[in-house]
Amino acid sequence: MPSPPFLCNSFQPAPLTPRSAVTPQAPPEIRPPFWRDERIIGWISQLVTLGVIVGILYFLWYNMVTELRVQRDTTFTYRWINFEAGFDISESLIDYDRARTYGRAIVVGILNTLQVAVLGIVFSTVIGMVMGILRQSTNYLVRGLATAYVEVFRNIPLVILLIFWYQAIFLKLPRLKEAVTLPGPIFISIRGVAVPWGTPTDSWGSFLISVLIGLALAIGLGIYLKALRDRTGRRIEITLICAGSWLVWSTASWFVLPQPLTLTQPYLDGLRVSGGHVFSPEFMSVLSALSIYTSAYVAENVRGGIMAVPRGQYEASGSLGLTRLQAMRLVILPQALRVIIPPMVSIYLSMIKNSSLAVAIGYPDFFHTTAITTLNQTGRAIEIFLLLMGIYLLFSLITSLILNIYNRRVQLVER
Amino acid sequence: MKISRMKLNLAAMLASMVLGIIVAACAGGTPEPVVSAPEEAAPAQEAMSTLQTVMDRGYLICVGNASAPGFGFQQEDGSFAGFDTDYCRAIAAAVFGDSEKFEIRPATASERFTVLAAGEGDVLIRNTTNTMSRDTDLGGNFAPTTFYDGQGIMVRVEDGINSLEDLEGGSVCVATGTTTELNLADVMAARGIDYTPVVFETNDETITAYEEGRCDAMTTDKSGLVGRRANLQDPSAHIILDETLSKEPLGPMVRHGDDQWYDLVKWVVNATFLAEELGVTSANADSMMGSSDPNIQRLLGVTGEFGSFIGVSNDWGYNVITQVGNYGEIYDRNLGPDTSYHIPRGLNNSWVNGGLIYAPPIR
Repeated sequence: MPSPPFLCNSFQPAPLTPRSAVTPQAPPEIRPPFWRDERIIGWISQLVTLGVIVGILYFLWYNMVTELRVQRDTTFTYRWINFEAGFDISESLIDYDRARTYGRAIVVGILNTLQVAVLGIVFSTVIGMVMGILRQSTNYLVRGLATAYVEVFRNIPLVILLIFWYQAIFLKLPRLKEAVTLPGPIFISIRGVAVPWGTPTDSWGSFLISVLIGLALAIGLGIYLKALRDRTGRRIEITLICAGSWLVWSTASWFVLPQPLTLTQPYLDGLRVSGGHVFSPEFMSVLSALSIYTSAYVAENVRGGIMAVPRGQYEASGSLGLTRLQAMRLVILPQALRVIIPPMVSIYLSMIKNSSLAVAIGYPDFFHTTAITTLNQTGRAIEIFLLLMGIYLLFSLITSLILNIYNRRVQLVER
Repeated sequence: MKISRMKLNLAAMLASMVLGIIVAACAGGTPEPVVSAPEEAAPAQEAMSTLQTVMDRGYLICVGNASAPGFGFQQEDGSFAGFDTDYCRAIAAAVFGDSEKFEIRPATASERFTVLAAGEGDVLIRNTTNTMSRDTDLGGNFAPTTFYDGQGIMVRVEDGINSLEDLEGGSVCVATGTTTELNLADVMAARGIDYTPVVFETNDETITAYEEGRCDAMTTDKSGLVGRRANLQDPSAHIILDETLSKEPLGPMVRHGDDQWYDLVKWVVNATFLAEELGVTSANADSMMGSSDPNIQRLLGVTGEFGSFIGVSNDWGYNVITQVGNYGEIYDRNLGPDTSYHIPRGLNNSWVNGGLIYAPPIR
């Protein structure tokens, strides 16, 4: 039986010397007095630390509650969430008007933040990937332009980029009466970009369900094909077949169902544009600035990942007869991804948090509707800031979780 | 008072620490609920009255505005001027007989009440709207309204907008954090006008977006619109609609709990109203000392002991009027026809001229 691990060597029994004639037996365990017993001292110091932390937290909480009661005659509460908000919000993904609650206004802000964050992640990833690969180009001009792009946008503070996009670009567009009209019709003016847009009809829900069923079927097909390939060794383009069949399925359900979306076209209607969908200048400024700023970081990350793949891999691919594109797709990128994904998590997290700077140009994101407007109307600073921190933390944790799952899949390929 | 609360907090902290250790030490034992918070002693009376504090300090501190043209703003030499600032001077004149013994503590719209409550200033004169919640829940008392303001709408002349209804479908730039945003939403909902608010954090961002053309209109209090318009590139290209969206009576505010100080601020304001009504100005106050009108005699302290009722010398009214002026003088100096703002008196006329400026008599 292995002897229990001791915390300190000095308490271990003296090693038996060869001279000793006594048969080896487990020595009686001698416990020192508790004030010298390292295990107990360790326990006590941990408890003291815990006690101090609990004490400080309690002190802060007690102090807050007392001051709230004495100075403001109020308590810590979230009851106001169900009160009527009374203010309007310029853009919302869900129904909202002044008669709704503060809670609803906060949700509107959360959705606006998510909208910018999700689209920003997509755009910055695509632009960043392209720029990162172009920085490796053998063409001097292409390489130089990509380098300039990264260096310029990575080194300008985001707030300045935001204000630049808003005041120097989108607010300099022509007034609505003189809107630039592109075929479609698309109206471009200081009020935003109005485009034709699909309005969901009754069958929209069934269409979405059908698309999801198609996705499930395509994944099932993929699993079967992979098993088939592994068994027979036949060359099967699994991704192509699965994606293709999903696309065919979705297209078919689009035509089978009675018009899931109807197209509405924008038209000038007095002081506004009716019909279609209007992307506001605030939204486009935030999205542009965030995507461009973040894509510079993505590009550097992608470049780093590609450079981490040894030069020999390119040469080996070349000698196997792969084209440059094939080498990139089949050999280099799969290896580079392992290096690229982990820092990508941090980049996306910064991006989500950076979106709160949108307040500088009046985009009604989570921070704006909650920390500015709701806070000003309710005066509930402590409750609101706890809520803000909690929800931004939640956004970040969810993003981390998703990317960590993906990361684990990519890393599994490793030998 | 502060010290004893601190001690209680420290005691609570120590107690909870000890308890935490004990609870955690007896492993397995369920933690007892944390020590019950010691009962907070009721807030004690202020040790010293505000008036005494001001007198001991030697000057008055007004919580004011540093960026409201015409009302409270900092001049190039660093000194403050404006309508609200003049009322601060008037109070200083009444207390010290010297209208220069004051200091402005600039505050933003959202921090002003906290600053006053924390005692960083003696009186809040910062174009502050008198509302029920501020008068009660926020722990304030309002002196008589010095300026009857209301929320207005500024539009471009070339757009041909003449009423709120013409704004159907349009965008309105508005700053958040004030009653302005809520008034706009209320009025538009009440009249069934569909509009898009474009909400900014500060008035500076709001006016920039409006000037660039992001919005068809911009809204804030009329007094603010007038000041902002004067600073636009071409003020004549913009008009302020006649419609008023809200009542915004602006006036000085003091803390709850000091009636003597509240009375003093209130009567300084009333004295400026009465002086205009009685025709007493900074120029003729000296000759008016010999007036046979008992109202004027009491106002200027020739007869009566009215100064002692509010804790200052009996010539307080004389000091206020000679050093700062009557209501009409204060108004004209800061907002009148000779200034770049030129806000018509309107509701802010003395009641004898059909306005709302009216003070109870001194007797």
